[in-house]
Amino acid sequence: MITKSKKVIDKIRFGLLSPDAIRKMSATRIITPDTYDEDGFPIEMGLMDPRLGVIEPGLRCKTCGQKVKECPGHFGHIELAMPVIHVGFAKTIYNILKATCRGCGKLLLTDEEVKKLREDYKRVVKMKNNTAAFAKEVVKRASKVTKCPHCGREVLPVELDKPTTYREGGRKLTPAEVREWLEKVSEALGDDLRLLDINPEVARPEWMVLTVLPVPPVTTRPSITLETGERSEDDLTHKLVDIIRINQRLQENRDAGAPQLIVEDLWDLLQYHVTTYFDNQTSGIPPARHRSGRALKTLAQRLKGKEGRFRSNLSGKRVNFSARTVISPDPNISINEVGVPIEIARELTVPIRVTQYNIEEMKELVKRGPEPKLPPGVAYLPGVNYVIRPDGRRIRVTPENAENVAERLEVGSIVERQLQDGDIVLFNRQPSLHRMSMMAHHAKILPYKTFRLNLAVCPPYNADFDGDEMNLHVLQSEEARAEAEILMKVQEHILSPRFGGAIIGAIHDHITGCFLLTYGNKVFSREDAMDILAAAGYRGEVKDKMTGKEIFSKILPPDLNLEYKAKLCTGSEEECKKQDAYVVIKNGQLLQGVIDEASIGAFKGKIIEYIARKKGMKEAREFIDRVTKLGIAAITKIGFTTGIDDEDIPEEAQMQIEEVLENARKKIQDLIRAYKEGELEQIPGRSLEETLEMEIMRVTGKARDQTGEIASRHLGLDNSAVIMARSGARGSMLNLSQMAGAVGQQAVRGERIHRGYHGRTLPHFKKGDLGAEAKGFVSSSYKKGLSPTEYFFHSMGGREGLVDTAVRTSRSGYMQRRLINALENIKLEEDGTVRQTTGEIIQFMYGEDGIDPTKSVRGKAIDADLIIKEVKKE
Amino acid sequence: MKIDILKHTLVPHHEILSAEEVEKLLKTYKIKKEDLPQILVTDPVVKAIGAKEGDVIKIIRRSPTAGESVAYRLVVRKEII
Repeated sequence: MITKSKKVIDKIRFGLLSPDAIRKMSATRIITPDTYDEDGFPIEMGLMDPRLGVIEPGLRCKTCGQKVKECPGHFGHIELAMPVIHVGFAKTIYNILKATCRGCGKLLLTDEEVKKLREDYKRVVKMKNNTAAFAKEVVKRASKVTKCPHCGREVLPVELDKPTTYREGGRKLTPAEVREWLEKVSEALGDDLRLLDINPEVARPEWMVLTVLPVPPVTTRPSITLETGERSEDDLTHKLVDIIRINQRLQENRDAGAPQLIVEDLWDLLQYHVTTYFDNQTSGIPPARHRSGRALKTLAQRLKGKEGRFRSNLSGKRVNFSARTVISPDPNISINEVGVPIEIARELTVPIRVTQYNIEEMKELVKRGPEPKLPPGVAYLPGVNYVIRPDGRRIRVTPENAENVAERLEVGSIVERQLQDGDIVLFNRQPSLHRMSMMAHHAKILPYKTFRLNLAVCPPYNADFDGDEMNLHVLQSEEARAEAEILMKVQEHILSPRFGGAIIGAIHDHITGCFLLTYGNKVFSREDAMDILAAAGYRGEVKDKMTGKEIFSKILPPDLNLEYKAKLCTGSEEECKKQDAYVVIKNGQLLQGVIDEASIGAFKGKIIEYIARKKGMKEAREFIDRVTKLGIAAITKIGFTTGIDDEDIPEEAQMQIEEVLENARKKIQDLIRAYKEGELEQIPGRSLEETLEMEIMRVTGKARDQTGEIASRHLGLDNSAVIMARSGARGSMLNLSQMAGAVGQQAVRGERIHRGYHGRTLPHFKKGDLGAEAKGFVSSSYKKGLSPTEYFFHSMGGREGLVDTAVRTSRSGYMQRRLINALENIKLEEDGTVRQTTGEIIQFMYGEDGIDPTKSVRGKAIDADLIIKEVKKE
Repeated sequence: MKIDILKHTLVPHHEILSAEEVEKLLKTYKIKKEDLPQILVTDPVVKAIGAKEGDVIKIIRRSPTAGESVAYRLVVRKEII
């Protein structure tokens, strides 16, 4: 067996490259800006010098002698004719210049002060405090000094003219002068550089002014050959060409003794090119552009931001053993399962190590090849795609070589078996906002091309089936599988840490179904009861005639005792009992009350929460599987539909609504008259106009409520839409009253709509009209249809809603990112403290009370009422 | 007239730990003094109770979740005085 020696990173130290180090690591000096000659061969000492690494397959590297995949590439270097500032350190250099004397290079502080600072620095390090903040303070103090306490030289103010020009007392400093100054500083300060947050062991200040520029290997800037045979170079190569050209010209001009002015212009140009080579988005200078006008993507651009190296290639990567496709529902699989299409299952594999115990079995498996012949009646059998031999060789299994490979299989090989039923996989839907966005499921191989999932797991993933796609990952190690099984399986996430309640539960039709089944005292024939119960997986006795409540009781755990108000309940306990809205479950029998959202719904389901807490996750999962199937069976048996006629209301109700609206209009006219005549009573702290607006808003709000009330008075629990709204399956009574009654006042920024034309919202109205219609009151219902002006106002209100959601999601997304970055190193320790990974204590007791919200009862440590009830009854 | 801030409703109870108590505290959490949360000597309450740099302060707060919660803080100077 092959065991690789393990190397552990102990620490990483960042420092500066010295000019000598750059020359030392360089494979060649680069002098010509040209890349290839006429025959297409790379020019020696050019930017594509063969010593910088190999890019063409088959060739060997001139420096290390290795082939394409093995050679990491080698750096070259450019000798700069004149030194230039490194933009990345412009600020650091500025701080050093401000804090030191140009004459003697020492800190502009007295020896005593420095001595004290050394002590302070030691303390800052010991307390694990911010040394950068300390350095800032040192610079702040030193830069106030006007005369050097060491050599007595007058200190002129240093300015930084962004991005890279320094001025001393208004006179421009050349990079060469800056470098000289910094040399003096490193000489004079030595170990005291630490006071400026510089580690002298790895960085000397003068190295921040470049005299030699490292040229990255060709492998970091590969050229692309277009179909036309034309070569297209990388942006970095282009930039390096610019640098070499200007460098050459500068050298020639300087050596020829050209006028100072020309040399300085070229020097500035070289500085510009080197600056944009590092960062092409430096503020204060125009970005370097490609011939086409596109800004070049230079070093900083490769690393920065969402699409940069860190966020898109290091923190997040593309992975193998994963799949993505559209999702669709399957009420027949468990919440713990996920349906995987056969085509995907044949691509995804699980590695299995061959041992003396399973070798025969594995041989049989490999013999099947990648496309096993299926015996009649079998829909799927896993095959094998690859076999990895003990020497590490990977052999592709084909139908032709399968027999052969199987025969030669030996202990220690790894067989990559295709996915089969029961394999544990991770399933994920973006955006992954909470831990329930990625859960472990058992695979179930199914025909067709979509991932199938149980409807009850839609809420944690926030998934629907209007085209949503999800990702699936196959775990590759035994540890990963064990961990996923114990920690990540769907059933372990029924209770959410978000609010200490169930996040997985029945939705939509499951709730409607159970509501219809248990509402009132419906009696079902033996046949119907058997149909419903069989669908829910119940096996046992069924009476001749059963009420819906009795049927539901069959799937409850036999020792369940609960009492609570149903979602249907609107008033007090007494009132609820009359409406059959107070649920009483005794010894697993539903004696009273209707089952709705409050009992079994996702986010709300009391029964689910209770079972999960009392009996464990397995029981809860089984209950959810049962209750969803029961709900669907019930709604199928009873029958359910909804349509536009659910919003039909009788003529008389229509008249009443009309009357309410007319009254509201009149009231508003009265208010406006009172306002115009100055009789309106002003609300304290409001202007007269504001008072009027508020009063009108109040009237229109009331009018909508009244119309809704009239409408709902005529829509009872025989109405499908009402059943859905009242049981919590879908929609609300407000939705219904807007459909049947009136839509109501439209608002933008919480005010009636008032903007548009001069003095009016639309040209349909008179200038200065303050009436209901002119300011966005929609008196029509959705069913009746909106008038053109109403429709326009409604669109205005609707647009605001859309804009708000768009703004909210982007802002909360960024906030979450910042929070996660700030908290990622914080850990809950075994002693209940919350600590930084470095050991500093953040909280002495997690959340002050040490309670895991997942295991809490809706945020509280215990449900005292329930415990008292339980104890009393026993 | 000066107001006694220690009596203000929003100021929790602060007290200075004795050397033995500090020793015990560090031992129970298996930490060094530096791992404690910090509070500046210039903090009004620290001045009011007369704590010095290097002292450890025990703070007892009313907590909406736990009823009462205890925290400790190490008195420190600003980075440079």
